Amino acid sequence: MTSVAHAAPAHGGAHHAPMSFWRKYIFSTDHKIIGIQFLFVSLFFLLLGGLLAMQIRWQLGFPGQPLPGGGILPESMTSGGVILPEYYIQLVTMHGTFMVFFAIMPLLMGVYANFLIPLKIGTHDMAFPRLNMWSFWLAFTAGLIMLAGFFVPDGAARAGWTMYAPLSARPDLSGATYGQILWCISIVVLGLSSVLGSVNYITTVINHRAPGMTWFRMPLSVWALFITAILAVLALPVLQGAAIMLLFDQTIGTHFFDPIAGGQALLWQHLFWFFGHPEVYILILPAMGMVSDIIANGSRKPIFGYHSMVFAIVGIAFLGWIVWGHHMFMSGMNPTLGSTFMVSTLLISVPSAIKVFNWLGTMWRGNLRFTVPMLNAVGFVSMFTIGGLSGVFMAATPVDMHIHDTYFIVAHLHYVLFGGSLFALFAAIPYWYPKMFGRMMSEPIGKVHFFLTFIFYNMTFFPMHIIGMGGQMRRIYDPTIYDFLKPQQPLNVFISLSAFALFAVQILFAINFLWSLKFGKKAPQNPWEDNGLEWSLPNPAPHGNWERTPNVYRGPYEFSSPEAGSADFLPQNLKLPSDRDPVPATLPAGH
Amino acid sequence: MHWWLPTAASTFAGPIDGLFLAILIITGIALVIVEVGLVWFSVKYRARPGRKAFYTHGSTRAEVIWTSIPAVTVVALGIVSNHYWVQIKGRDSVPPNAYGIGVHVKQFEWQITYPGPDGKLGTGDDFTLRNQLHVPVDQPIVVHLTSEDVIHSFFIPQFRIKQDAVPGLTINAWFQATKTGEYEIGCAELCGMGHYKMRARVFVHTPEEFTAWMAQQAAGGTQ
Repeated sequence: MTSVAHAAPAHGGAHHAPMSFWRKYIFSTDHKIIGIQFLFVSLFFLLLGGLLAMQIRWQLGFPGQPLPGGGILPESMTSGGVILPEYYIQLVTMHGTFMVFFAIMPLLMGVYANFLIPLKIGTHDMAFPRLNMWSFWLAFTAGLIMLAGFFVPDGAARAGWTMYAPLSARPDLSGATYGQILWCISIVVLGLSSVLGSVNYITTVINHRAPGMTWFRMPLSVWALFITAILAVLALPVLQGAAIMLLFDQTIGTHFFDPIAGGQALLWQHLFWFFGHPEVYILILPAMGMVSDIIANGSRKPIFGYHSMVFAIVGIAFLGWIVWGHHMFMSGMNPTLGSTFMVSTLLISVPSAIKVFNWLGTMWRGNLRFTVPMLNAVGFVSMFTIGGLSGVFMAATPVDMHIHDTYFIVAHLHYVLFGGSLFALFAAIPYWYPKMFGRMMSEPIGKVHFFLTFIFYNMTFFPMHIIGMGGQMRRIYDPTIYDFLKPQQPLNVFISLSAFALFAVQILFAINFLWSLKFGKKAPQNPWEDNGLEWSLPNPAPHGNWERTPNVYRGPYEFSSPEAGSADFLPQNLKLPSDRDPVPATLPAGH
Repeated sequence: MHWWLPTAASTFAGPIDGLFLAILIITGIALVIVEVGLVWFSVKYRARPGRKAFYTHGSTRAEVIWTSIPAVTVVALGIVSNHYWVQIKGRDSVPPNAYGIGVHVKQFEWQITYPGPDGKLGTGDDFTLRNQLHVPVDQPIVVHLTSEDVIHSFFIPQFRIKQDAVPGLTINAWFQATKTGEYEIGCAELCGMGHYKMRARVFVHTPEEFTAWMAQQAAGGTQ
């Protein structure tokens, strides 16, 4: 494998023989094309997840009223246009599943780990380009299998994205046979894709850094993607194992999770969350890394406390393994164990706080350029802070007793996943768009999109804290049948209307994204005046990236350095008279 | 419209609501610091012609400050929380004089077994009601939670109590109501398509009323 990657510099990246359309765009082994494939597919699933969310919000805001356009749905889902309870729980299950596994996770890892790692560390491709291609096609297949759930008898999986057993294990209790089975198969395939991808990212970062790209000269995005890949490679197999056990419970009566024949219901939760909590950090660490790059760039200042930022990523990743029990405070697990998990959970707020304060420190005395990526990155910091702080409420076990499994949790997780991960993506997509497609996305449309999204996003998710405090349980089809929830129904209506507006605003993003592919302004080579190695290449970056492996002379954040002279940035590969050429330490000699 | 936690009607509500408020204040301060900082810096340090950013890689002193203050705060919060957690959910937290009630849950109903006039569960005068929980006020109650099929969660918002009912386990959860009146149990864990309608009524009686109700039920025979 190494010969493939290392032979490239000698031949020169741009001089590959012309390839057929199929080899170039469909079964491509080029990390950039694979990243772009992931981008289109995951944006599709993001849209799908959003459409499911709109149906959920319709039902919660206007229970019992016919869904506009609901007539086109089959009778197994709606009755006279009204969403049925059995369809509603499919909606919540599949919304969570698609967003977590097929939208946010591949958008961060599939797209940006693929696209950025080789470009930012200065290599020609991934260590294992063919594995990389497999990783995409497996993820794509897994998505289709998951989607097929809506088209089988009894409909899609309906036990929540967390698939708590024994509900998920017994078709007679959940009411769905094939949908549940497809969920398990899809997750096993997806896990394989993630593991293949992650092994690749880890190997590439360790072995293929350009000469001079030492560990502590790596951009924080690469650090975050690298650490995330380690999390994924260790966490996903646990989920795969659990999903296979669940599949056997559903199909051949193994009863791993069903106490009716010797199983343990809580075993599923331990396995699921042992994967699930690292997964939460898989969904946020890459976002934090990319936001760090964008904030330093937008502030025209070195990142504040680079080493602290790296150690905070490592700290979050380590603590992420020992907090899974906080999802189980009310599960009947030993309460003393609850105390332990409470402490580890509270401690994880320390590295998160370090990151937030260092972003603030980076902006302090900067020269802030509010481009669309920068606006969204600052939006990320502001919203992630709310999501992080609301986590403290549920970490405190006595308080969790009231808010556990209520809309307070729904608010919290959306502040982290939408306010966090998705805002980071709204920053990252236009930021690296020129590198992908050679054109810029529209700044004016991007700004309008940011401000409207920011407003409607908060109008949608902030009130969820309040209805959660009022006690509204998650995943209930109709809150109005409870006396204690009836008084807060107007707020549910408000949330639903805001959610519809939030969804509508995303049309701006879609238009901007698609329109700019063809009609966007041609991108200059270094549109953001950044130091990263990727900007030493033309836009879009050619197949094979560099003709000659670039040398790296400094860290990625030397903005406004006195050495830069009149410019306020200093690219990593720019050789100043005082710089000595690095020894290629990470590549085998004589390549 | 209701903008705060529900009416407080159990002994847990005091400490839990107090802790909620304390966390709200602490996180509120942190939130204001960050958000004000973001807005202030965004305005003050916005790019203008001729300005140049201050070139610095950070400050160890600043790192120590913003690492240690959150660390000390969360550890203190953990200690305080754990104090109440042990009282509320600890393994030995159920008061010895607690009045036992059996709650057996299945898709999608609550089967509530009362000890009958002799006050003991597992004797001949026990009787079971569907979706009705009657308890005396100011008396510790322990519910023995079991589940027939899937995981459900016993949740009474005004009492701030929540406990999952897990098939294969018997979980004891206790509470003490402090206000007479009518409340609701909701199921807080997705348990199937009828999850949303798994609702039961809770009646908190004065001790006299409760005794009278019990006698009446016993006379009416078990159903």
